[in-house]
Amino acid sequence: MTLWELFGLPFMQRALVAALLTGLAAPAIGTFLVQRRLALLGDGIGHVAVTGVALGLLTGTSPTWTAVGVAVLGAVAMEVIRERGHTNGDVALALLFYGGLAGGVLITGIAGQGAATLQAYLFGSLNSISQADVWFTLGLTVVVLVVTLGLLPQLFAVSSDPEFARVAGLRVRAYNLLVAVLAAVTVTVAMRTVGLLLVSALMVVPVATSQQLARSFRATLLGAMLVGTLAATGGLVISAVLSFRASVQPGPTIVLLALAMFASTWPIGVWLRRRQRLLTPFPEVTVVPHTTTAEHPHAHGPDCGHPAVPHGDHVDYVHGGHRHAMHGEHYDEH
Amino acid sequence: MALAGGAVAIGGRPILRGIDLTVPAGQFLALLGPNGSGKSTLVRAVTGLLPLTAGRLALFGTPYDDFAQWHRIGFVPQRSGATGGVPATVREVVSSGRVTRRRLLRPLSAADRRAVDEALEVVGLTDRARTGVSQLSGGQQQRVLIARALAGEPELLVLDEPTAGVDLPNQQALAAALRVLKERGATIVLVAHELGPLDPLIDRAVVMRDGRIAYDGPLRSHADGAHGHHHPDGRRHDHVPHVGSPFDSLGGHS
Repeated sequence: MTLWELFGLPFMQRALVAALLTGLAAPAIGTFLVQRRLALLGDGIGHVAVTGVALGLLTGTSPTWTAVGVAVLGAVAMEVIRERGHTNGDVALALLFYGGLAGGVLITGIAGQGAATLQAYLFGSLNSISQADVWFTLGLTVVVLVVTLGLLPQLFAVSSDPEFARVAGLRVRAYNLLVAVLAAVTVTVAMRTVGLLLVSALMVVPVATSQQLARSFRATLLGAMLVGTLAATGGLVISAVLSFRASVQPGPTIVLLALAMFASTWPIGVWLRRRQRLLTPFPEVTVVPHTTTAEHPHAHGPDCGHPAVPHGDHVDYVHGGHRHAMHGEHYDEH
Repeated sequence: MALAGGAVAIGGRPILRGIDLTVPAGQFLALLGPNGSGKSTLVRAVTGLLPLTAGRLALFGTPYDDFAQWHRIGFVPQRSGATGGVPATVREVVSSGRVTRRRLLRPLSAADRRAVDEALEVVGLTDRARTGVSQLSGGQQQRVLIARALAGEPELLVLDEPTAGVDLPNQQALAAALRVLKERGATIVLVAHELGPLDPLIDRAVVMRDGRIAYDGPLRSHADGAHGHHHPDGRRHDHVPHVGSPFDSLGGHS
């Protein structure tokens, strides 16, 4: 079978659509989690959802729906614990992580299902995606995008400064719960493509990649969605190509591709930030002692290669850790 | 803004007792006092961030429970909240101040943009609008937070320690911004340790000590040209614990 025939198969097409939609929705909601410094919330929800999947296997109902239910409950519980703040937030999250995972494995055992069944949900399994799943994913993606882009000003205010948002009359708790619930639903929907244990990577890694290059919140959000889409579809295609030689799972491929994109933008981000810091104007200070440089080897200018940084009404050339400013025939140390 | 017989407890421990404070429209009020005296707790109570355990709070003549015109209040919290996990530009942060007046699912209107431009101009950060907030100095971040509150065009501005850890030029920029507001007739309530360049703007000073009001009147250095602080009471009476962290985790006060 050739690659072209592989992509002609209905299940592969469904997988591609599902990956594309997940790649759009997960970073959109993930940006707000990162902004609130809750990057691991998605992972916590993923662990809790394992119990939901196991409950579905035990009761014979659709594991997707039980996972959605349990994950939403878990997300609301985390939000409440965090807001009350009496327990250390980190510890509370950890308790939910381990409770969810242990409960899931235990219940799967009781249901008489082996680890192999659970594995399909933990690490994703493409051929289990049905037509209904694709429609469900599409509906969810539309909801996530409408909420995150439509309510961007409100969500940005709430996630960057909850106290200010509350005095501004926003219902902070309602918005926080909305984000938590959307994150939970996104996690459970994405479990079919990347799996429960890796889905939060798709919420966080594209955001980390995007903020290497972006300076504004909006650019980070849109960039993260682009990176997420590229990683999800690209990872799926790569895993399909490689699956002719070895058994390559799409979930880990997608995550590793996203990480590779982060790794390649990171040096660019470091360079951009360094350059920008270097060229930030020096503050003007009124009293400056007059110090001239020693004999200067060359004339500074646009082509001398030393960064020219604005300083009041002139420019300073940054030269070997010194700031040289033109003063008549010589240079001053500024 | 009027608070009668106000009391606040954090985690069951009474912090503020018997606070009667009425701020008439157009007044510039400074809340002064040592650490742990309840200044920040008081501003958090009058903005509704902390519930009152006793007393009545009214904002613009409306009892707190019925109050819904939040766009009339601008709040400037302590600086810690200026940066999040994702980069944001100065303009984005200031624009978020318009949420008090924006309707859901509507784009930024021309009026919104004008208000944001004007707020940036008042605090003197127009040329930094596209800079990331995290790249600014502490004093500039404080001015960004003030601009965010101003963008909502509030009638009452509440500032929690805007001068803490801010150098003199930034304090002067801040004073200039507040002077513009005062001239426009805004009511301003400000918490501070030191007034510095703000001094000539203050109409009334309220000194807190140990959760009660110890002095209420004009700033004395104004009236008699004496040195710039108050001696409301000779006795030291600090039974507020000096360990801050158990309180901080319960919702913060300093």
